[in-house]
Amino acid sequence: MFRNQYDTDVTTWSPQGRLFQVEYAMEAVKQGSCAVGLKSDTHVVLATLKRSQSELSSFQRKVFKIDDHMGIAIAGLTGDGRSLCKYMRNECINHRYVYESSMPVGRLVRQIADKSQVCTQRSWKRPYGVGLLVAGVDSQGPHLFSSCPSGNYYEYKAIAIGARSQAAKTYLEKHLESFPSATLDELVRHGLRALQSSLSEGELTEANSSVAVVGKDLSFTILEDEAVQPYITALKEDEPMQTEAAVVEEEQREAPVEGQVAEDGGQAAYEAALREGEGPAPMEAD
Amino acid sequence: MLPRPTTHSKALGPGVAGPELAVAISAVLDRPPKPVSHLPLSGAQPCAVDPAALCDPRQHTKYPYVTGTSVMAIKYKDGVLVGCDTLGAYGTTKRYKSTQRIYHVNSKCVVAAGGEISDFQYISNLLDELTTDDYRFDDGIELSPQEVHSYLCRVMYNRRNKFDPLWNSLVVGGVQGGQPFLGMVGMIGTHYTDSHVTTGFANQLARPLFRERQRDDMSEEDALQLMYDALKVCYYRDKVSINKFQIAKVTKDDGVSISEPFALDMRWDYKMFAQPTKWAVGAW
Repeated sequence: MFRNQYDTDVTTWSPQGRLFQVEYAMEAVKQGSCAVGLKSDTHVVLATLKRSQSELSSFQRKVFKIDDHMGIAIAGLTGDGRSLCKYMRNECINHRYVYESSMPVGRLVRQIADKSQVCTQRSWKRPYGVGLLVAGVDSQGPHLFSSCPSGNYYEYKAIAIGARSQAAKTYLEKHLESFPSATLDELVRHGLRALQSSLSEGELTEANSSVAVVGKDLSFTILEDEAVQPYITALKEDEPMQTEAAVVEEEQREAPVEGQVAEDGGQAAYEAALREGEGPAPMEAD
Repeated sequence: MLPRPTTHSKALGPGVAGPELAVAISAVLDRPPKPVSHLPLSGAQPCAVDPAALCDPRQHTKYPYVTGTSVMAIKYKDGVLVGCDTLGAYGTTKRYKSTQRIYHVNSKCVVAAGGEISDFQYISNLLDELTTDDYRFDDGIELSPQEVHSYLCRVMYNRRNKFDPLWNSLVVGGVQGGQPFLGMVGMIGTHYTDSHVTTGFANQLARPLFRERQRDDMSEEDALQLMYDALKVCYYRDKVSINKFQIAKVTKDDGVSISEPFALDMRWDYKMFAQPTKWAVGAW
């Protein structure tokens, strides 16, 4: 009833002790399309659903590489997301310049949270309207963090944010026990299945889903279009097979490979893997 | 008529130091050049615009005052040993005989310095700030020796670029990922890592010993003996050193330990020392 009286600017409290502007900013995150993150003892996986404005336009990017060991998925205002992404990339590269080592994930997330908190306590600023899922690996192991416009951040074993994320969270909670020891392949498939639960209509295709993986010996790699195709197919057929990410990981363990998607190489590697016919044990049906 | 040089060179701009070679500089003199009222230090003609008289209070480091001498460090099987004496010399006067020139950064890293002691205290302050930040983050992550090395390299190089160096030769020693780490950073930002690292006189005196006897898998007794021999040689042959040393040991199991100051046995009763000129050619 009093909402309209106390929500004009972020520096006004409501009688119940709430900052409505901050809560409205968190609503903006819930309007963004779903992003799912989950981690095992060795890897972290982000899976996101991309939206497109119209049939004519491309799909909006939701996953960004910050550094070789870290990347983010965003939900909410993409402009704000890009701005935070630029800040994070800058911090990481400065850290690398001074210390010649990768920036610890938790510290960068804390810096983002502090930056977000400042925007909730200045009358001339507005809170960031974007939630981040930060996936990274550092000396302490793999990490998955979630930051939100209020300046809060938490570390998670698995989390989903964005529209209809509750369905995805339910799936993740159900399978939580199997994540720590899961292989990379299994982790990606869990992520895509969780994403699928958040779909209200339509289905996952290689055009509207984007997966990112990172591990101790695997630098942050974004799988899109052809690279994510095998996983989408596997999802539909529910068959086990050695796929793109595991092949990429082996290649990277032998010789470090920079960059994001090995598009054509990925397809060839996938076909080679198919021919071998080996793979992890079949997963229990969902 | 020969063209007279103008009092103020347009090419240089206002307040800029001009050609200094017209005046004998400190590299030639053994003391700073004394300013004369009408003769600018920049070497321009009398009563020209003198940048030094523009009342800019900023000064640039030109000479060290209280200095430490050599530092030597070696890797061995379990970690690293870093050794140096405890003298803060004022020119050639042995003024401060209990200065600790090794700084304990965190549980896996030490930094030792030769050169200006006050600049080393400033560097210790910077490292203390970094360690405090790590403590405040409370996430169990500490600076590794390699990160300390890179950080100090950046600091030294940036100061050098401002023509205001921190007048130190730094040795960074520690253990990371179970492996010993040893690096050196000079006052102009020169840096490298190696199995044995020396600064100052030890470059000439101790390095041949290390090259001959240091092995990455040597035992602690051998490493300590090698370090004692190196410290001894530096004391024998370096005028500005004292027989009071400290050795810091960093191992993967026990972390950092800096020893109490100790002395080594020295012999000055060699016959040749007694009457050195007696044996010179042409002497009687």
